[in-house]
Amino acid sequence: MLQIENLHATVGGKEILKGLSLTVNAGEVHAIMGPNGSGKSTLSYVVGGRPGYEVTQGSVLFDGQDLLALEPHERAAAGLFLGFQYPVEIPGVSFVQFLREAANAQRKGRGEEPLSGGEFLKLAKEKAALLKLDMDMLKRPVNVGFSGGEKKRAEMVQMGILDPSFAVLDETDSGLDIDALRVVGEGINAIMRKPDRGVLLITHYQRLLDYVKPDAVHVLAGGRIVKSGGPELALELEEQGYEAVL
Amino acid sequence: MNETLVLPTTRDEEWRYADGDWLAEADPVALGYWHEHEVAAGDVERGFALIEPGEGSKVDRLRVHVRAGGRYEHFVINAGAQYTRCELDVVLEQGAHFELGGVILGGGDARGEIVTRVKHGPEASSNQVVRAVQWGRSVGNFLGRIEIPRDSQEVDAAQNFKAILLEAGASANAKPELEIYADDVKAAHGAAIGALDETATFYMASRGIAPEAARKLLVRAFIADAFVSVKHEETRDDLLEQALHFLEGAAL
Repeated sequence: MLQIENLHATVGGKEILKGLSLTVNAGEVHAIMGPNGSGKSTLSYVVGGRPGYEVTQGSVLFDGQDLLALEPHERAAAGLFLGFQYPVEIPGVSFVQFLREAANAQRKGRGEEPLSGGEFLKLAKEKAALLKLDMDMLKRPVNVGFSGGEKKRAEMVQMGILDPSFAVLDETDSGLDIDALRVVGEGINAIMRKPDRGVLLITHYQRLLDYVKPDAVHVLAGGRIVKSGGPELALELEEQGYEAVL
Repeated sequence: MNETLVLPTTRDEEWRYADGDWLAEADPVALGYWHEHEVAAGDVERGFALIEPGEGSKVDRLRVHVRAGGRYEHFVINAGAQYTRCELDVVLEQGAHFELGGVILGGGDARGEIVTRVKHGPEASSNQVVRAVQWGRSVGNFLGRIEIPRDSQEVDAAQNFKAILLEAGASANAKPELEIYADDVKAAHGAAIGALDETATFYMASRGIAPEAARKLLVRAFIADAFVSVKHEETRDDLLEQALHFLEGAAL
């Protein structure tokens, strides 16, 4: 579903990704772990197409099409979702307005009919309930005044509403307390654990993987994947640290 | 009432960002003309002003005297395509309030200004919010003076100006002036000039919103700040739509 081949990328002229290769098939959840500064967030931004993150070599195929040739909003319409480590605050734009615009822009890009206001609100309520986020929070400006945990839950509500086929989730577990972690983990499973979907989970800690069982775990260090394994690799890392395992 | 028969120039502090060429040939009688308005004690009044792109260079000057406990609200959209200046001179008596919501929009060679002078009596308050969106080679200016004389205690005055420059070549000037002689007062002012938030546009793009639509949403939210204090929802939406209408043709 997502095929990354020998990916090299620079940020501000500095090479961060140095030949990263990774394949995630439909129906799979892969976890990427790695020390600070190894390039985890850069990977998510390169896949999402953030300006300033320049690919100098390599390829990224998404369902067989060249993802890097698409604009960021076209990647979203193609079915990609990016969960932000630091969700962005947008004063003056309500979540409801923002997400309805987003959902309908994606539908338009796929040649589908837009959702009516009523249809959209029904969908939003359902997904907010799934993530145990008060619906009233979605009437507020995007992420403004939200706690760290609320922002992350709101990211997952967005994912539920936008219904992507593939999600790259960058440290979605950071800033969550134990209860919220379970809610988010179960939300990811409910939304993304399907035969035609895939997830790339970027995380520092093993604990999210207790809820979202990965099919594979990769260790990213120095801009490339240096070790891959099954779920047991995450436990090994948690116990022994990166240095011992690498 | 006509006063200024000597034409100002850009060497005058209050006109430093004006269009000097136009000023030099302006009609001194028209330029010196002030509309006068008085709000009776305890009354609430509201004024709206709109300058459209087709109106040519002009200076609109309004002097408002708000009697004790009265309230005057003024909302202005300055979308002139040439040199257009909206000037307000407000005197607040004891406990009176002045509320300003201003929007300056311009492209090409537009030079739009909002200029205020607010003199506060004891316990008077004021709140001024001005937003400018500039593209092309246009200039948006806000010159705001807050005056609080020695015997005007317990005044609460706030002033906030922000400008978004959509293109290189556009500019904005902020000139806040606070003349405070009383010691028990609150006076806040803020000014920020910058480009649209690229982090926000990428966040929106990652959700499927195309760049132009994302920028429109952001600019809409930005301008809406100026009309937050309009209590009547329909009026507030009308003002916003009116302002947004002048953004057609902007480099979004």
